[in-house]
Amino acid sequence: MSRLPSEDPAELRARYPEVFHRPATSRLATPLVLALALAIFIFGLVDLDFSLSRLMHGISQLGWITVMMLPPDPGSSLPAYLTALGETLSIALLGTTLAAIAALPVSLLAARNVVPSAIFRFPVRRFLDSIRGVDTLIWALVWINVVGLGPFAGVLAIAVADFGAFGKLFSEAIEAADRKEVEGIRASGGNKLHEIRFGLMPQVLPVIAGQVLYFIESNTRSATIIGIVGAGGIGLQLAEQIRVLEWQKVSFLILMILLAVAAIDWISNRLRFAIIGRRAIA
Amino acid sequence: MTSAVSILPDQQLASLNGAYRMAVRRKRLRGLLWTVLFLAALMLAAIGSEVNLKTLFTYFGNFVSYFDRILTLDDGTRVWTNFREWFWGWDKWLKLLGETILVSYVGTMAGAVLAFALNFYAAENTSPAPWLRFTVRRALEFARTVPSIVFALIFVIAFGLGPMAGVLAIAIHSTGALGKLFSEIVENIDMKPVEGVRSTGASWLSCMRFAVLPQVTAGYASYALLRFEINVREASVMGFVGAGGIGQELVVAIRKFYYSDVSAILITIIVTVFLIDIATGWLRARLFGKEARA
Repeated sequence: MSRLPSEDPAELRARYPEVFHRPATSRLATPLVLALALAIFIFGLVDLDFSLSRLMHGISQLGWITVMMLPPDPGSSLPAYLTALGETLSIALLGTTLAAIAALPVSLLAARNVVPSAIFRFPVRRFLDSIRGVDTLIWALVWINVVGLGPFAGVLAIAVADFGAFGKLFSEAIEAADRKEVEGIRASGGNKLHEIRFGLMPQVLPVIAGQVLYFIESNTRSATIIGIVGAGGIGLQLAEQIRVLEWQKVSFLILMILLAVAAIDWISNRLRFAIIGRRAIA
Repeated sequence: MTSAVSILPDQQLASLNGAYRMAVRRKRLRGLLWTVLFLAALMLAAIGSEVNLKTLFTYFGNFVSYFDRILTLDDGTRVWTNFREWFWGWDKWLKLLGETILVSYVGTMAGAVLAFALNFYAAENTSPAPWLRFTVRRALEFARTVPSIVFALIFVIAFGLGPMAGVLAIAIHSTGALGKLFSEIVENIDMKPVEGVRSTGASWLSCMRFAVLPQVTAGYASYALLRFEINVREASVMGFVGAGGIGQELVVAIRKFYYSDVSAILITIIVTVFLIDIATGWLRARLFGKEARA
Protein backbone atom coordinates (compact mmCIF):
# COMPACT_ATOMS: atom_id res chain seq x y z
CA MET A 1 0.00 0.00 0.00
CA SER A 2 1.29 3.42 -0.89
CA ARG A 3 1.05 5.93 1.85
CA LEU A 4 0.95 9.68 1.87
CA PRO A 5 4.47 10.98 2.48
CA SER A 6 3.31 12.43 5.76
CA GLU A 7 -0.04 12.43 7.47
CA ASP A 8 0.91 15.08 9.95
CA PRO A 9 -1.30 18.09 9.15
CA ALA A 10 1.24 20.58 10.40
CA GLU A 11 3.91 19.24 8.13
CA LEU A 12 1.56 19.16 5.13
CA ARG A 13 0.60 22.71 5.88
CA ALA A 14 4.21 23.76 5.93
CA ARG A 15 4.91 21.95 2.69
CA TYR A 16 2.00 23.24 0.66
CA PRO A 17 1.24 26.66 2.02
CA GLU A 18 -0.65 27.70 -1.15
CA VAL A 19 -3.20 24.92 -0.63
CA PHE A 20 -3.97 25.81 2.97
CA HIS A 21 -3.64 29.58 2.77
CA ARG A 22 -5.27 30.92 -0.32
CA PRO A 23 -4.75 34.66 -0.59
CA ALA A 24 -7.75 36.75 0.44
CA THR A 25 -8.28 38.00 -3.11
CA SER A 26 -8.93 34.52 -4.49
CA ARG A 27 -10.97 33.41 -1.48
CA LEU A 28 -13.18 36.48 -1.57
CA ALA A 29 -13.51 36.79 -5.36
CA THR A 30 -16.49 34.47 -5.80
CA PRO A 31 -18.61 35.75 -2.88
CA LEU A 32 -17.84 39.34 -3.86
CA VAL A 33 -18.86 38.82 -7.47
CA LEU A 34 -22.03 37.03 -6.35
CA ALA A 35 -22.85 39.79 -3.86
CA LEU A 36 -22.33 42.44 -6.53
CA ALA A 37 -24.51 40.54 -8.99
CA LEU A 38 -27.21 40.22 -6.34
CA ALA A 39 -26.96 43.91 -5.45
CA ILE A 40 -27.47 44.94 -9.07
CA PHE A 41 -30.34 42.48 -9.31
CA ILE A 42 -32.08 43.99 -6.27
CA PHE A 43 -31.39 47.52 -7.50
CA GLY A 44 -32.94 46.49 -10.82
CA LEU A 45 -36.03 45.08 -9.13
CA VAL A 46 -36.53 48.33 -7.21
CA ASP A 47 -35.77 50.57 -10.17
CA LEU A 48 -38.13 48.68 -12.49
CA ASP A 49 -41.07 49.06 -10.08
CA PHE A 50 -41.32 45.46 -9.01
CA SER A 51 -43.63 44.93 -6.11
CA LEU A 52 -44.98 41.81 -4.53
CA SER A 53 -48.58 43.00 -4.78
CA ARG A 54 -48.24 43.73 -8.49
CA LEU A 55 -46.58 40.39 -9.01
CA MET A 56 -49.31 38.55 -7.13
CA HIS A 57 -52.05 40.43 -8.93
CA GLY A 58 -50.40 39.70 -12.28
CA ILE A 59 -49.96 36.03 -11.50
CA SER A 60 -53.64 35.67 -10.56
CA GLN A 61 -54.53 37.47 -13.79
CA LEU A 62 -52.25 35.10 -15.65
CA GLY A 63 -54.01 32.20 -13.98
CA TRP A 64 -57.33 33.52 -15.26
CA ILE A 65 -55.92 33.95 -18.74
CA THR A 66 -54.61 30.39 -18.71
CA VAL A 67 -57.97 29.07 -17.64
CA MET A 68 -59.69 31.06 -20.39
CA MET A 69 -57.21 29.72 -22.94
CA LEU A 70 -58.56 26.21 -22.47
CA PRO A 71 -59.50 24.50 -24.61
CA PRO A 72 -57.66 25.96 -27.63
CA ASP A 73 -60.23 26.76 -30.25
CA PRO A 74 -59.78 28.50 -33.59
CA GLY A 75 -63.45 29.42 -33.89
CA SER A 76 -64.33 29.85 -37.54
CA SER A 77 -61.01 31.34 -38.62
CA LEU A 78 -59.01 28.14 -39.08
CA PRO A 79 -58.51 28.65 -42.85
CA ALA A 80 -57.26 32.20 -42.25
CA TYR A 81 -54.80 30.92 -39.66
CA LEU A 82 -53.51 28.19 -41.94
CA THR A 83 -52.94 30.76 -44.68
CA ALA A 84 -51.13 32.96 -42.19
CA LEU A 85 -48.96 30.04 -41.09
CA GLY A 86 -48.10 29.34 -44.73
CA GLU A 87 -47.22 32.98 -45.11
CA THR A 88 -44.91 32.79 -42.09
CA LEU A 89 -43.13 29.72 -43.41
CA SER A 90 -42.76 31.43 -46.80
CA ILE A 91 -41.29 34.51 -45.15
CA ALA A 92 -38.76 32.41 -43.27
CA LEU A 93 -37.70 30.36 -46.30
CA LEU A 94 -37.48 33.24 -48.75
CA GLY A 95 -35.85 35.67 -46.31
CA THR A 96 -33.17 33.18 -45.31
CA THR A 97 -32.42 32.22 -48.92
CA LEU A 98 -32.10 35.82 -50.03
CA ALA A 99 -29.84 36.57 -47.08
CA ALA A 100 -27.61 33.57 -47.82
CA ILE A 101 -27.28 34.45 -51.50
CA ALA A 102 -26.40 38.06 -50.70
CA ALA A 103 -24.09 37.20 -47.81
CA LEU A 104 -21.87 34.67 -49.62
CA PRO A 105 -19.87 37.17 -51.73
CA VAL A 106 -19.67 39.66 -48.88
CA SER A 107 -18.42 37.02 -46.46
CA LEU A 108 -15.55 36.28 -48.83
CA LEU A 109 -14.53 39.93 -48.49
CA ALA A 110 -14.61 39.61 -44.70
CA ALA A 111 -12.48 36.43 -44.52
CA ARG A 112 -8.85 36.73 -43.60
CA ASN A 113 -7.62 34.04 -45.98
CA VAL A 114 -9.33 35.63 -49.00
CA VAL A 115 -8.68 39.31 -48.28
CA PRO A 116 -5.43 39.43 -46.32
CA SER A 117 -5.43 43.21 -45.97
CA ALA A 118 -7.01 44.35 -42.71
CA ILE A 119 -7.76 47.77 -44.16
CA PHE A 120 -10.24 46.27 -46.62
CA ARG A 121 -11.58 43.70 -44.24
CA PHE A 122 -12.24 46.00 -41.32
CA PRO A 123 -15.00 48.17 -42.85
CA VAL A 124 -16.81 45.10 -44.19
CA ARG A 125 -16.79 43.51 -40.74
CA ARG A 126 -17.99 46.65 -38.99
CA PHE A 127 -20.71 47.02 -41.60
CA LEU A 128 -21.91 43.48 -40.90
CA ASP A 129 -21.69 44.11 -37.14
CA SER A 130 -23.89 47.20 -37.37
CA ILE A 131 -26.51 45.30 -39.34
CA ARG A 132 -26.50 42.58 -36.71
CA GLY A 133 -26.80 45.14 -33.93
CA VAL A 134 -30.28 46.09 -35.16
CA ASP A 135 -33.04 43.68 -34.27
CA THR A 136 -35.21 42.01 -36.94
CA LEU A 137 -38.26 43.82 -35.58
CA ILE A 138 -36.63 47.20 -36.19
CA TRP A 139 -35.74 46.19 -39.74
CA ALA A 140 -39.35 45.14 -40.22
CA LEU A 141 -40.53 48.59 -39.15
CA VAL A 142 -38.10 50.24 -41.55
CA TRP A 143 -39.18 48.02 -44.47
CA ILE A 144 -42.82 48.66 -43.70
CA ASN A 145 -42.06 52.32 -44.26
CA VAL A 146 -40.59 51.41 -47.64
CA VAL A 147 -42.79 48.69 -49.19
CA GLY A 148 -45.88 49.03 -47.04
CA LEU A 149 -47.57 46.64 -44.61
CA GLY A 150 -47.60 42.96 -45.50
CA PRO A 151 -45.44 39.84 -45.67
CA PHE A 152 -43.09 41.24 -48.29
CA ALA A 153 -41.74 43.70 -45.70
CA GLY A 154 -41.18 40.68 -43.45
CA VAL A 155 -39.18 38.87 -46.12
CA LEU A 156 -36.95 41.87 -46.62
CA ALA A 157 -36.54 42.41 -42.87
CA ILE A 158 -35.43 38.82 -42.31
CA ALA A 159 -33.18 38.97 -45.35
CA VAL A 160 -31.39 42.09 -44.11
CA ALA A 161 -31.11 40.97 -40.50
CA ASP A 162 -29.77 37.54 -41.48
CA PHE A 163 -27.44 39.05 -44.01
CA GLY A 164 -25.43 40.44 -41.11
CA ALA A 165 -25.44 37.17 -39.21
CA PHE A 166 -24.61 35.04 -42.26
CA GLY A 167 -21.81 37.38 -43.31
CA LYS A 168 -20.11 36.77 -40.00
CA LEU A 169 -20.80 33.03 -39.79
CA PHE A 170 -19.81 32.35 -43.41
CA SER A 171 -16.59 34.31 -43.12
CA GLU A 172 -15.72 32.33 -39.99
CA ALA A 173 -16.39 29.09 -41.87
CA ILE A 174 -14.18 30.29 -44.73
CA GLU A 175 -11.39 31.21 -42.33
CA ALA A 176 -11.56 27.75 -40.79
CA ALA A 177 -11.11 26.08 -44.20
CA ASP A 178 -7.97 24.07 -44.92
CA ARG A 179 -5.30 26.09 -46.73
CA LYS A 180 -3.73 23.10 -48.44
CA GLU A 181 -6.42 22.71 -51.05
CA VAL A 182 -6.21 26.37 -51.99
CA GLU A 183 -2.45 26.08 -52.31
CA GLY A 184 -2.89 23.01 -54.45
CA ILE A 185 -5.05 24.97 -56.89
CA ARG A 186 -2.55 27.81 -56.90
CA ALA A 187 0.32 25.41 -57.54
CA SER A 188 -1.43 24.00 -60.57
CA GLY A 189 -1.77 27.50 -62.03
CA GLY A 190 -5.26 28.54 -60.95
CA ASN A 191 -6.08 32.19 -60.43
CA LYS A 192 -7.76 33.73 -57.40
CA LEU A 193 -11.27 32.88 -58.61
CA HIS A 194 -10.27 29.28 -59.27
CA GLU A 195 -8.85 29.09 -55.76
CA ILE A 196 -12.16 30.21 -54.31
CA ARG A 197 -14.32 28.08 -56.55
CA PHE A 198 -12.32 24.82 -56.43
CA GLY A 199 -10.27 25.24 -53.26
CA LEU A 200 -12.56 26.94 -50.77
CA MET A 201 -16.14 26.36 -51.87
CA PRO A 202 -16.13 22.54 -51.74
CA GLN A 203 -14.94 22.74 -48.14
CA VAL A 204 -17.20 25.57 -47.07
CA LEU A 205 -20.49 24.82 -48.79
CA PRO A 206 -21.60 21.93 -46.53
CA VAL A 207 -20.93 24.03 -43.43
CA ILE A 208 -22.81 26.94 -44.93
CA ALA A 209 -25.72 24.72 -45.92
CA GLY A 210 -25.95 23.48 -42.35
CA GLN A 211 -26.02 27.02 -41.01
CA VAL A 212 -28.64 28.12 -43.52
CA LEU A 213 -30.87 25.22 -42.55
CA TYR A 214 -30.46 26.06 -38.90
CA PHE A 215 -31.42 29.66 -39.65
CA ILE A 216 -34.51 28.66 -41.58
CA GLU A 217 -35.64 26.96 -38.40
CA SER A 218 -34.83 29.88 -36.11
CA ASN A 219 -36.33 32.29 -38.62
CA THR A 220 -39.63 30.48 -38.42
CA ARG A 221 -39.68 31.87 -34.89
CA SER A 222 -38.52 35.32 -36.01
CA ALA A 223 -41.12 35.34 -38.77
CA THR A 224 -43.86 34.74 -36.22
CA ILE A 225 -42.88 37.81 -34.25
CA ILE A 226 -42.36 40.32 -37.04
CA GLY A 227 -46.07 40.02 -37.71
CA ILE A 228 -46.60 41.82 -34.42
CA VAL A 229 -45.43 45.09 -35.97
CA GLY A 230 -47.49 44.46 -39.12
CA ALA A 231 -45.16 42.53 -41.40
CA GLY A 232 -47.57 39.69 -42.18
CA GLY A 233 -47.77 36.09 -41.17
CA ILE A 234 -49.21 34.42 -38.12
CA GLY A 235 -47.78 36.98 -35.70
CA LEU A 236 -50.22 39.54 -37.02
CA GLN A 237 -53.14 37.26 -36.17
CA LEU A 238 -51.63 36.45 -32.79
CA ALA A 239 -51.12 40.09 -31.81
CA GLU A 240 -54.65 40.94 -32.93
CA GLN A 241 -56.25 38.12 -30.95
CA ILE A 242 -54.23 39.04 -27.85
CA ARG A 243 -55.38 42.66 -28.15
CA VAL A 244 -59.02 41.69 -28.34
CA LEU A 245 -58.55 39.13 -25.54
CA GLU A 246 -59.75 36.12 -27.55
CA TRP A 247 -57.72 33.76 -25.39
CA GLN A 248 -58.92 30.49 -26.88
CA LYS A 249 -57.80 31.62 -30.31
CA VAL A 250 -54.51 32.84 -28.83
CA SER A 251 -53.72 29.47 -27.34
CA PHE A 252 -54.65 27.78 -30.60
CA LEU A 253 -52.31 30.07 -32.51
CA ILE A 254 -49.47 29.47 -30.05
CA LEU A 255 -50.04 25.74 -30.39
CA MET A 256 -49.89 26.07 -34.18
CA ILE A 257 -46.62 27.98 -33.97
CA LEU A 258 -45.12 25.38 -31.64
CA LEU A 259 -46.13 22.56 -33.96
CA ALA A 260 -44.83 24.35 -37.04
CA VAL A 261 -41.49 25.10 -35.40
CA ALA A 262 -41.18 21.50 -34.23
CA ALA A 263 -41.93 20.25 -37.75
CA ILE A 264 -39.39 22.58 -39.37
CA ASP A 265 -36.90 21.62 -36.68
CA TRP A 266 -37.32 17.95 -37.49
CA ILE A 267 -37.07 18.46 -41.27
CA SER A 268 -34.04 20.71 -41.10
CA ASN A 269 -32.28 18.35 -38.71
CA ARG A 270 -32.83 15.47 -41.11
CA LEU A 271 -31.54 17.54 -44.03
CA ARG A 272 -28.57 18.73 -42.03
CA PHE A 273 -27.56 15.20 -41.13
CA ALA A 274 -27.93 14.25 -44.78
CA ILE A 275 -25.68 17.10 -45.88
CA ILE A 276 -22.85 17.15 -43.38
CA GLY A 277 -23.18 13.78 -41.77
CA ARG A 278 -23.80 12.94 -38.15
CA ARG A 279 -20.29 13.28 -36.89
CA ALA A 280 -19.83 16.88 -38.01
CA ILE A 281 -22.64 18.12 -35.80
CA ALA A 282 -21.72 16.33 -32.62
CA MET B 1 9.65 15.48 -68.29
CA THR B 2 9.81 11.83 -67.53
CA SER B 3 6.90 10.28 -65.80
CA ALA B 4 6.58 6.94 -64.12
CA VAL B 5 2.81 6.75 -64.19
CA SER B 6 1.80 3.30 -65.31
CA ILE B 7 -1.08 3.22 -67.75
CA LEU B 8 -3.71 0.52 -67.31
CA PRO B 9 -4.69 -1.69 -70.24
CA ASP B 10 -7.34 -0.07 -72.42
CA GLN B 11 -10.13 -2.47 -71.53
CA GLN B 12 -9.75 -1.96 -67.83
CA LEU B 13 -9.43 1.78 -68.31
CA ALA B 14 -12.63 1.93 -70.35
CA SER B 15 -14.69 0.13 -67.73
CA LEU B 16 -13.26 2.29 -64.93
CA ASN B 17 -13.94 5.43 -66.93
CA GLY B 18 -17.45 4.26 -67.63
CA ALA B 19 -18.13 3.64 -63.94
CA TYR B 20 -16.71 7.06 -63.07
CA ARG B 21 -18.89 8.80 -65.63
CA MET B 22 -21.93 6.96 -64.37
CA ALA B 23 -21.20 8.02 -60.79
CA VAL B 24 -20.70 11.64 -61.80
CA ARG B 25 -23.86 11.64 -63.88
CA ARG B 26 -25.87 10.18 -61.04
CA LYS B 27 -24.52 12.77 -58.64
CA ARG B 28 -25.30 15.59 -61.06
CA LEU B 29 -28.78 14.29 -61.62
CA ARG B 30 -29.43 14.17 -57.89
CA GLY B 31 -28.04 17.69 -57.46
CA LEU B 32 -30.28 18.92 -60.26
CA LEU B 33 -33.30 17.26 -58.69
CA TRP B 34 -32.64 18.94 -55.34
CA THR B 35 -32.13 22.29 -57.02
CA VAL B 36 -35.41 21.99 -58.89
CA LEU B 37 -37.22 21.00 -55.69
CA PHE B 38 -35.68 23.91 -53.83
CA LEU B 39 -36.56 26.37 -56.57
CA ALA B 40 -40.13 25.09 -56.60
CA ALA B 41 -40.34 25.62 -52.84
CA LEU B 42 -38.95 29.12 -53.28
CA MET B 43 -41.52 29.92 -55.96
CA LEU B 44 -44.27 28.69 -53.69
CA ALA B 45 -42.88 30.79 -50.86
CA ALA B 46 -42.67 33.84 -53.11
CA ILE B 47 -46.33 33.49 -53.99
CA GLY B 48 -47.23 32.85 -50.37
CA SER B 49 -45.48 35.94 -49.07
CA GLU B 50 -46.85 38.21 -51.79
CA VAL B 51 -43.45 39.05 -53.17
CA ASN B 52 -43.84 41.85 -55.59
CA LEU B 53 -40.65 42.73 -57.38
CA LYS B 54 -42.34 45.69 -59.00
CA THR B 55 -43.07 47.21 -55.58
CA LEU B 56 -39.52 46.50 -54.54
CA PHE B 57 -38.01 48.19 -57.57
CA THR B 58 -40.43 51.09 -57.41
CA TYR B 59 -39.81 51.71 -53.76
CA PHE B 60 -36.21 50.57 -53.43
CA GLY B 61 -35.22 54.18 -53.86
CA ASN B 62 -37.27 54.80 -50.73
CA PHE B 63 -35.13 52.34 -48.80
CA VAL B 64 -31.95 54.11 -49.81
CA SER B 65 -33.42 57.54 -49.33
CA TYR B 66 -34.79 56.44 -45.96
CA PHE B 67 -31.23 56.32 -44.72
CA ASP B 68 -30.64 59.67 -46.34
CA ARG B 69 -33.67 61.06 -44.52
CA ILE B 70 -32.81 59.65 -41.10
CA LEU B 71 -29.40 61.26 -41.44
CA THR B 72 -30.86 64.69 -42.12
CA LEU B 73 -32.01 67.17 -39.49
CA ASP B 74 -35.25 69.10 -39.71
CA ASP B 75 -33.45 72.16 -41.04
CA GLY B 76 -32.03 70.13 -43.94
CA THR B 77 -28.44 69.85 -42.75
CA ARG B 78 -26.63 66.56 -42.16
CA VAL B 79 -26.96 65.19 -38.66
CA TRP B 80 -23.26 65.11 -37.84
CA THR B 81 -22.92 68.85 -38.38
CA ASN B 82 -24.96 69.50 -35.27
CA PHE B 83 -24.63 66.88 -32.57
CA ARG B 84 -26.58 68.85 -30.01
CA GLU B 85 -29.61 69.00 -32.28
CA TRP B 86 -29.21 65.35 -33.35
CA PHE B 87 -28.98 63.92 -29.85
CA TRP B 88 -31.35 66.48 -28.34
CA GLY B 89 -33.01 63.86 -26.14
CA TRP B 90 -29.82 62.14 -25.00
CA ASP B 91 -30.57 62.34 -21.27
CA LYS B 92 -34.00 60.76 -21.76
CA TRP B 93 -32.63 58.14 -24.15
CA LEU B 94 -29.72 57.23 -21.91
CA LYS B 95 -32.12 56.74 -19.04
CA LEU B 96 -34.30 54.46 -21.17
CA LEU B 97 -31.22 52.66 -22.39
CA GLY B 98 -30.20 52.10 -18.79
CA GLU B 99 -33.66 50.70 -18.18
CA THR B 100 -33.24 48.41 -21.20
CA ILE B 101 -29.96 47.05 -19.88
CA LEU B 102 -31.45 46.63 -16.43
CA VAL B 103 -34.45 44.77 -17.88
CA SER B 104 -32.16 42.35 -19.66
CA TYR B 105 -29.91 42.00 -16.62
CA VAL B 106 -32.70 41.23 -14.19
CA GLY B 107 -34.40 38.98 -16.76
CA THR B 108 -31.20 37.07 -17.51
CA MET B 109 -30.38 36.69 -13.83
CA ALA B 110 -33.83 35.42 -12.91
CA GLY B 111 -33.81 33.11 -15.93
CA ALA B 112 -30.33 31.81 -15.09
CA VAL B 113 -31.33 31.08 -11.49
CA LEU B 114 -34.47 29.24 -12.60
CA ALA B 115 -32.56 27.36 -15.27
CA PHE B 116 -29.93 26.47 -12.67
CA ALA B 117 -32.60 25.08 -10.38
CA LEU B 118 -34.21 23.06 -13.16
CA ASN B 119 -31.36 21.85 -15.33
CA PHE B 120 -30.21 19.00 -13.06
CA TYR B 121 -33.67 17.49 -13.44
CA ALA B 122 -33.49 17.79 -17.22
CA ALA B 123 -30.04 16.26 -17.70
CA GLU B 124 -29.92 12.61 -18.68
CA ASN B 125 -27.26 11.62 -16.14
CA THR B 126 -28.43 13.47 -13.04
CA SER B 127 -32.21 13.42 -13.27
CA PRO B 128 -33.69 11.55 -10.31
CA ALA B 129 -36.67 10.16 -12.27
CA PRO B 130 -37.56 9.77 -15.95
CA TRP B 131 -41.02 11.32 -15.60
CA LEU B 132 -39.51 14.35 -13.90
CA ARG B 133 -36.98 14.71 -16.70
CA PHE B 134 -39.69 14.47 -19.32
CA THR B 135 -41.85 17.12 -17.65
CA VAL B 136 -39.02 19.56 -17.05
CA ARG B 137 -37.74 19.13 -20.57
CA ARG B 138 -41.13 19.80 -22.14
CA ALA B 139 -41.61 22.86 -19.94
CA LEU B 140 -38.22 24.25 -20.93
CA GLU B 141 -38.98 23.54 -24.58
CA PHE B 142 -42.21 25.47 -24.31
CA ALA B 143 -40.49 28.43 -22.64
CA ARG B 144 -37.84 28.41 -25.34
CA THR B 145 -40.03 28.07 -28.39
CA VAL B 146 -42.60 30.76 -27.68
CA PRO B 147 -40.85 34.00 -28.64
CA SER B 148 -40.21 36.34 -25.73
CA ILE B 149 -42.19 39.13 -27.36
CA VAL B 150 -45.30 36.93 -27.38
CA PHE B 151 -44.85 36.39 -23.65
CA ALA B 152 -44.40 40.15 -23.33
CA LEU B 153 -47.67 40.79 -25.18
CA ILE B 154 -49.54 38.54 -22.78
CA PHE B 155 -47.73 39.79 -19.67
CA VAL B 156 -48.45 43.39 -20.56
CA ILE B 157 -52.11 42.52 -20.22
CA ALA B 158 -51.66 40.52 -17.01
CA PHE B 159 -49.10 42.72 -15.21
CA GLY B 160 -49.85 46.07 -16.81
CA LEU B 161 -47.69 48.22 -19.06
CA GLY B 162 -44.10 48.73 -17.99
CA PRO B 163 -40.73 47.08 -17.67
CA MET B 164 -41.99 44.37 -15.31
CA ALA B 165 -43.71 42.55 -18.16
CA GLY B 166 -40.53 42.76 -20.22
CA VAL B 167 -38.40 41.39 -17.40
CA LEU B 168 -40.72 38.44 -16.85
CA ALA B 169 -40.93 37.69 -20.57
CA ILE B 170 -37.15 37.72 -20.90
CA ALA B 171 -36.79 35.66 -17.72
CA ILE B 172 -39.07 32.92 -19.01
CA HIS B 173 -37.46 32.76 -22.42
CA SER B 174 -33.99 32.72 -20.85
CA THR B 175 -35.03 29.93 -18.51
CA GLY B 176 -35.93 27.80 -21.51
CA ALA B 177 -32.82 28.60 -23.51
CA LEU B 178 -30.36 28.40 -20.62
CA GLY B 179 -32.00 25.34 -19.10
CA LYS B 180 -31.29 23.40 -22.27
CA LEU B 181 -27.69 24.61 -22.57
CA PHE B 182 -26.99 24.05 -18.85
CA SER B 183 -28.35 20.51 -18.94
CA GLU B 184 -26.19 19.79 -21.98
CA ILE B 185 -23.14 20.87 -20.00
CA VAL B 186 -24.19 18.57 -17.17
CA GLU B 187 -24.59 15.71 -19.62
CA ASN B 188 -20.98 16.15 -20.70
CA ILE B 189 -19.38 16.02 -17.25
CA ASP B 190 -17.10 13.36 -15.88
CA MET B 191 -19.27 11.00 -13.80
CA LYS B 192 -16.43 9.65 -11.64
CA PRO B 193 -16.61 12.42 -9.01
CA VAL B 194 -20.37 11.84 -8.76
CA GLU B 195 -19.83 8.16 -8.13
CA GLY B 196 -17.15 9.02 -5.59
CA VAL B 197 -19.45 11.30 -3.66
CA ARG B 198 -22.36 8.89 -3.88
CA SER B 199 -20.22 6.03 -2.59
CA THR B 200 -19.76 7.98 0.65
CA GLY B 201 -23.51 7.82 1.17
CA ALA B 202 -24.28 11.38 0.11
CA SER B 203 -27.76 12.49 -0.87
CA TRP B 204 -28.72 13.56 -4.39
CA LEU B 205 -28.37 17.20 -3.41
CA SER B 206 -24.85 16.75 -2.04
CA CYS B 207 -23.90 14.86 -5.20
CA MET B 208 -24.99 17.83 -7.26
CA ARG B 209 -23.28 20.33 -5.00
CA PHE B 210 -19.91 18.64 -4.51
CA ALA B 211 -19.48 16.53 -7.65
CA VAL B 212 -21.39 18.23 -10.47
CA LEU B 213 -21.28 21.91 -9.61
CA PRO B 214 -17.48 22.32 -9.50
CA GLN B 215 -17.31 20.95 -13.04
CA VAL B 216 -19.95 23.15 -14.58
CA THR B 217 -19.88 26.65 -13.05
CA ALA B 218 -17.54 28.19 -15.62
CA GLY B 219 -19.66 26.89 -18.48
CA TYR B 220 -22.81 28.17 -16.80
CA ALA B 221 -21.36 31.63 -16.31
CA SER B 222 -20.19 31.74 -19.88
CA TYR B 223 -23.59 30.83 -21.31
CA ALA B 224 -25.37 33.22 -18.96
CA LEU B 225 -23.16 36.08 -20.17
CA LEU B 226 -23.83 35.13 -23.77
CA ARG B 227 -27.55 35.11 -23.03
CA PHE B 228 -27.27 38.54 -21.41
CA GLU B 229 -25.78 39.85 -24.63
CA ILE B 230 -28.68 38.41 -26.65
CA ASN B 231 -31.21 39.70 -24.16
CA VAL B 232 -29.98 43.28 -24.46
CA ARG B 233 -31.03 43.11 -28.11
CA GLU B 234 -34.35 41.56 -27.21
CA ALA B 235 -34.99 44.11 -24.48
CA SER B 236 -34.39 46.91 -26.97
CA VAL B 237 -37.54 45.88 -28.82
CA MET B 238 -39.66 45.00 -25.77
CA GLY B 239 -40.88 48.59 -25.79
CA PHE B 240 -42.63 47.91 -29.12
CA VAL B 241 -45.39 46.17 -27.20
CA GLY B 242 -45.18 48.47 -24.18
CA ALA B 243 -42.93 46.33 -22.01
CA GLY B 244 -40.36 48.98 -21.11
CA GLY B 245 -37.04 50.19 -22.36
CA ILE B 246 -35.90 52.22 -25.34
CA GLY B 247 -38.09 50.38 -27.84
CA GLN B 248 -41.08 52.53 -26.97
CA GLU B 249 -39.24 55.68 -27.98
CA LEU B 250 -37.90 54.06 -31.15
CA VAL B 251 -41.24 52.77 -32.36
CA VAL B 252 -42.79 56.21 -31.84
CA ALA B 253 -39.95 57.83 -33.78
CA ILE B 254 -40.27 55.37 -36.67
CA ARG B 255 -44.07 55.48 -36.85
CA LYS B 256 -44.25 59.28 -36.61
CA PHE B 257 -41.36 59.81 -39.04
CA TYR B 258 -39.11 61.74 -36.64
CA TYR B 259 -36.26 60.87 -38.96
CA SER B 260 -33.20 62.18 -37.16
CA ASP B 261 -34.44 60.70 -33.88
CA VAL B 262 -34.57 57.26 -35.51
CA SER B 263 -30.91 57.40 -36.45
CA ALA B 264 -29.90 58.84 -33.09
CA ILE B 265 -31.71 56.12 -31.13
CA LEU B 266 -30.49 53.38 -33.47
CA ILE B 267 -26.92 54.55 -33.04
CA THR B 268 -27.21 54.59 -29.26
CA ILE B 269 -28.63 51.05 -29.37
CA ILE B 270 -25.93 49.77 -31.73
CA VAL B 271 -23.15 51.35 -29.68
CA THR B 272 -24.56 49.91 -26.47
CA VAL B 273 -24.85 46.44 -28.01
CA PHE B 274 -21.24 46.73 -29.23
CA LEU B 275 -19.98 47.77 -25.82
CA ILE B 276 -21.83 44.96 -24.09
CA ASP B 277 -20.56 42.46 -26.67
CA ILE B 278 -17.01 43.56 -25.98
CA ALA B 279 -17.45 43.59 -22.20
CA THR B 280 -19.03 40.15 -21.99
CA GLY B 281 -16.49 38.80 -24.47
CA TRP B 282 -13.70 40.04 -22.23
CA LEU B 283 -15.36 38.63 -19.13
CA ARG B 284 -15.88 35.26 -20.78
CA ALA B 285 -12.27 35.12 -21.92
CA ARG B 286 -11.22 35.81 -18.33
CA LEU B 287 -13.55 33.15 -16.94
CA PHE B 288 -12.29 30.51 -19.32
CA GLY B 289 -8.73 31.68 -18.88
CA LYS B 290 -9.01 31.14 -15.15
CA GLU B 291 -10.49 27.71 -15.72
CA ALA B 292 -7.62 26.73 -17.99
CA ARG B 293 -5.04 27.76 -15.41
CA ALA B 294 -6.61 25.91 -12.51
